[in-house]
Amino acid sequence: MATQQTQLLARTLLTPAVALLFIWMIVPLALTIYFATLHYNLLDPGSESFVGLENFRYFLTDPAFLASLQNTLVLVGSVLAITILLGVPLALLLDQQVVGLSIVRLMVIAPFFVMPTVSALVWKNLLMHPVSGLFAWIAHLFGLPAIDWFNDAPLFSVILIISWQWLPFATLILLTALQSLDEEQKEAAEMDGASALSAFIYITLPHLARPITVVILIETIFLLTVFAEIFVTTGGGPGLQTTNIAFLIYSQALIQYDVGSASAGGLVAVVLANIVAFFLVRIVGRNLEA
Amino acid sequence: MGQITLQGVQKSFGPVHIIKGADLDIADGSFVVFVGPSGCGKTTLLRLIAGLEDVTGGAILIDGRNVVNVPPARRGLSMVFQSYALYPHMSVRGNIAFGLKMAGVAKDEINRKVEAAAATLNLTPYLDRKPRELSGGQRQRVAIGRAIVREPKAFLFDEPLSNLDAALRVQMRLEVTRLQKQLGTTAIYVTHDQVEAMTMADKIVVLNGGKIEQYGSPLELYEKPSNLFVAGFIGSPKMNFITGEPAKRQGAATIGVRPEHLKVERDGQGGWHGTVAVAEHLGSDTFLYVDAGPQGMLTARYVGELGLSPGDRVSLVPEQARIHRFDDSGKAIRA
Amino acid sequence: MARMVTTRRKVISTVAAWLVGFLIFFPILWMVLASFKTELEAFAIPPSFLFFHWTTENYATVQERSDYLHHALNSIVIAGGSTLIAMLIAVPAAWSMAFSPTKRTKDILLWMLSTKMMPPVGVLVPIYLIYRNFGLLDTRSGLIFILCLGNLPIVIWMLFTYFKEIPKDILEAARMDGATIGRELIYVLTPMAVPGLASTLLLNLILAWNEAFWTLNLSTLEAAPLTVFIASYSSPEGLFWAKLSAASTLAIAPILVLGWFSQRQLVRGLTFGAVK
Repeated sequence: MATQQTQLLARTLLTPAVALLFIWMIVPLALTIYFATLHYNLLDPGSESFVGLENFRYFLTDPAFLASLQNTLVLVGSVLAITILLGVPLALLLDQQVVGLSIVRLMVIAPFFVMPTVSALVWKNLLMHPVSGLFAWIAHLFGLPAIDWFNDAPLFSVILIISWQWLPFATLILLTALQSLDEEQKEAAEMDGASALSAFIYITLPHLARPITVVILIETIFLLTVFAEIFVTTGGGPGLQTTNIAFLIYSQALIQYDVGSASAGGLVAVVLANIVAFFLVRIVGRNLEA
Repeated sequence: MGQITLQGVQKSFGPVHIIKGADLDIADGSFVVFVGPSGCGKTTLLRLIAGLEDVTGGAILIDGRNVVNVPPARRGLSMVFQSYALYPHMSVRGNIAFGLKMAGVAKDEINRKVEAAAATLNLTPYLDRKPRELSGGQRQRVAIGRAIVREPKAFLFDEPLSNLDAALRVQMRLEVTRLQKQLGTTAIYVTHDQVEAMTMADKIVVLNGGKIEQYGSPLELYEKPSNLFVAGFIGSPKMNFITGEPAKRQGAATIGVRPEHLKVERDGQGGWHGTVAVAEHLGSDTFLYVDAGPQGMLTARYVGELGLSPGDRVSLVPEQARIHRFDDSGKAIRA
Repeated sequence: MARMVTTRRKVISTVAAWLVGFLIFFPILWMVLASFKTELEAFAIPPSFLFFHWTTENYATVQERSDYLHHALNSIVIAGGSTLIAMLIAVPAAWSMAFSPTKRTKDILLWMLSTKMMPPVGVLVPIYLIYRNFGLLDTRSGLIFILCLGNLPIVIWMLFTYFKEIPKDILEAARMDGATIGRELIYVLTPMAVPGLASTLLLNLILAWNEAFWTLNLSTLEAAPLTVFIASYSSPEGLFWAKLSAASTLAIAPILVLGWFSQRQLVRGLTFGAVK
């Protein structure tokens, strides 16, 4: 609602960002779609030919696809459940009067800043190693047999590592939301004779509904494409047990060099992410009006 | 010099017409208040004069020169914002000096002017503080200091007192008026508070729905409101409006009587009879809300104390010469 | 009575919070401790917690054997470069949308957000092939470019929400005070925006530093940043725990410090302003 001169200037300043992001969105996506319709293998150059939807048929009926889809869903679902079920009580705890809260906050948030390759390797070796890992030693102390984490429960191990990385994120967002809860609302509930539990159920939980939704959506977007943690710990194995869609596409593209099939897989991943993105964008958009 | 003329000024945002053609002559040195309910377009009109918005049609003349295509900085006006809009990272001195600095005034002259302005506004001890270290009233004075230091052709005030508490508001009202008279600079002042308008203005512009309803001195508006809207908006408590039979007898669609022009009598003879519903005793005055049958609820003001309580019968006698008559379209009927 | 309850409650919540905090932080602490052990002690069962022979020898070895500094420099150049370029593009765009919004501004913002939601793996193939054909594989500039684009939506969003909080009145006051747009930027907007600019810069440095999809797929040695360097320890012949720990500690230490400074802004940045 400013004057025309500033309007014109504003358009000019916006253009580079819009143009770049537009190209970034359109060109690779168009190429992916194009490649997805080709028979195209880097090991067999010159053999490119149009095969229509053959790659999709191949990718979608590949048993590896179903296995990796299942792994992806289990991984996303488990990490979400763990981070939220632990994140809510943790946020509530940090919202109490705690001596030295700032230091506790720092300790809780720290895992989020650790690069994925580091956290995966530290967990895999220092903690989860079946012989020399700390967990094996603790099991030994209690007279239990050591668990060979990455052989006996590979997907669960990956889930554990990723949950450790994302718990701080969920906690921090929920804590921020808790701190914005109107103190007078809680006091009014207290005056109305609500117990701590019913105050939590009727006041706090409804207040957390929105941030929980946001946590779910954002984590889902990142978790759908978890890659580095699998890449450095299990390499998708044993067998296909820890192969998720992202890793499957990676291995088809850069290990088997099957460009066509990997592209078809990439589009499947895009569609999956878009389903989630649709809801997230709506929530953010609604917030933008307020 | 600061003579401002509006000629058919219009403003629309897309299909929404905010200002539907305003014509106005503001004499140099006068204090003009734009008043009206929220959404009436008073702030938009002020921002059009400031140049913060482009006009859709019409002309704005400052000292005879059309400025619609002149950017705000070169119109020679200064503005005091509702939120004060002080620069939070600058000291009081920096805030007041900013406009002069932008105009390229020499350093020692800036200092001299800033200190003079600060002295006028009792801000001298605070010159090196940041805005967040000041009280609301002090921030307000900094905003005014920033406006006066540039010696503009006119001051524009956008509801500057609305964030202050009641006592401070009365005090600042006096200070602003006194300062404006002392400097002799034209001032345009936007408010939704008709008491502010009545007390501060040389002339009042009553706006409603993007149109100027009336332009005149406070007393003109009070004594000769040109339509129902102005009659109802100016004056506190609000004017009583009576329609139907009693109005028809006076040859009007609606008649209006101000509460202070109703003579209140216990068990009186003439006038309108009614029962007291609520009595507000202020000591100096009594406000009575009277259920007057066919005339509806009437408000009456009695100077002093009459010892009435709810349920008492009273008679209200309007001063004949002070009855305002309005036709079907709400326009005042002049005798 | 009330006081007693409060004190007891405070003691309980303090103990609980410290315990949980310590548990969550423990893997990092354990890694740092291991980095000061000899390889033998790092591997030993039962493990020693504090009473071992402290040594800094691993840090020296890491540098000698694998050219740690080379990869650290790559990380700095890539994370720093991509963040700076993203800021250069994003500041004008966010400024424009925050201060001269139009009817389409909301749609543009949401569209930008949606580009961030595209899974990188969906465009891995074309990007890889384009990079191969243009000789961008394993180059710093290639990684800078892709990380810059990947983070651009977040940078724009964060800056937008910060700029949005600067009262429009103040910019108009500057305009009334005779400031041109350039001077308005220098004297009024920039000083007020500095905190927001700084935290945006910080968060995106962190994100770029830790990025482990494009860096793993598009670089191998020459341009490999620390994420890739650490990943090389995953091969079986690389099982030197103390050295892995030393390298990891070095890789995360700077970013942990930055992260701790920016934790309050993190929420805003990662939720696109949906949670404040």
